Amino acid sequence: MEFEQILFYVFSFWLIASSLAMVFSRNTAFSALFLILSFFSAASLWLLLEAEFLAITLILVYVGAVMVLFLFVIKMLDIENSTLRAKFTGYLPVGIGVAIVVIAEMSLVLGSSQFGLGKVANPIRHSSDYSNITELAMELYTTYVYQFELAAVLLLIAIIAAITLIHRIDPRTKKQSIAEQVNTKASDRVRLVSISSPNKEDKK
Amino acid sequence: MITLSDYLILSAIVFCIGLAGIFINRTNIITLLMCVELMLAAVNTNFIAFSYFLGDATGQIFVFFVLTVAAAEVAIGLGIVTLVYRNKGSINIDVTNSLRG
Repeated sequence: MEFEQILFYVFSFWLIASSLAMVFSRNTAFSALFLILSFFSAASLWLLLEAEFLAITLILVYVGAVMVLFLFVIKMLDIENSTLRAKFTGYLPVGIGVAIVVIAEMSLVLGSSQFGLGKVANPIRHSSDYSNITELAMELYTTYVYQFELAAVLLLIAIIAAITLIHRIDPRTKKQSIAEQVNTKASDRVRLVSISSPNKEDKK
Repeated sequence: MITLSDYLILSAIVFCIGLAGIFINRTNIITLLMCVELMLAAVNTNFIAFSYFLGDATGQIFVFFVLTVAAAEVAIGLGIVTLVYRNKGSINIDVTNSLRG
């Protein structure tokens, strides 16, 4: 057995084991931590597939940002007690049965008779001066530059949507009403009052 | 040697674990969101395996966009979860059935 194969089986074992632990864990914080482990194993597998940029992106973006966001919400919402008491419903046998059948069917379709070494040969490993980032960037900034811009717009929309959903308007907040400011006339602000000077005879 | 079908079967297994997790988990919505993330990771592994074995970087570009969309989805999903908690006081799945689906 080659070293590369041993690495593949170790990473696969941890990916599957931590995914199962995530699904069957009662404590949501534990689930999030197991999901971090499975993302890490998936990133290691992607490194075996020479997708270095995406593997590092998975760790930076998912483990570094998304899972921290998950843990933050889990801790902020204080759901520990209600979650620990929750039980799996009667869907458990049906769910497991469906999953096993789907895995069996997909294994038949995707087995080595269709996608084995005879059909898809193992590519030769790139040399050490191969840059995955350069290759991705050449594609991303030429062929797919329009989609890249669309992704940026999508992220902007997500930012606006998330803030709009969560933001509560505090009535005490001081804010500016542009329409009111523009429509103001001078007579709304300044009132001219004619004051008749009181009896001048007193000064004499 | 590791073949393409090894990677495909591995990601099929992980995908089905995520799928079964959505069915059988009755704890809270956050776990459902995490199961969706797991399924997306499995699909991305498929893309990268094909990209490597066919020698085409386009699959990795697609994974890049999937990661972008998933990050946006998580941000909005967690925002909705926070809103549900604020309005209902709980994010258990049994409580959040006001749509009567």
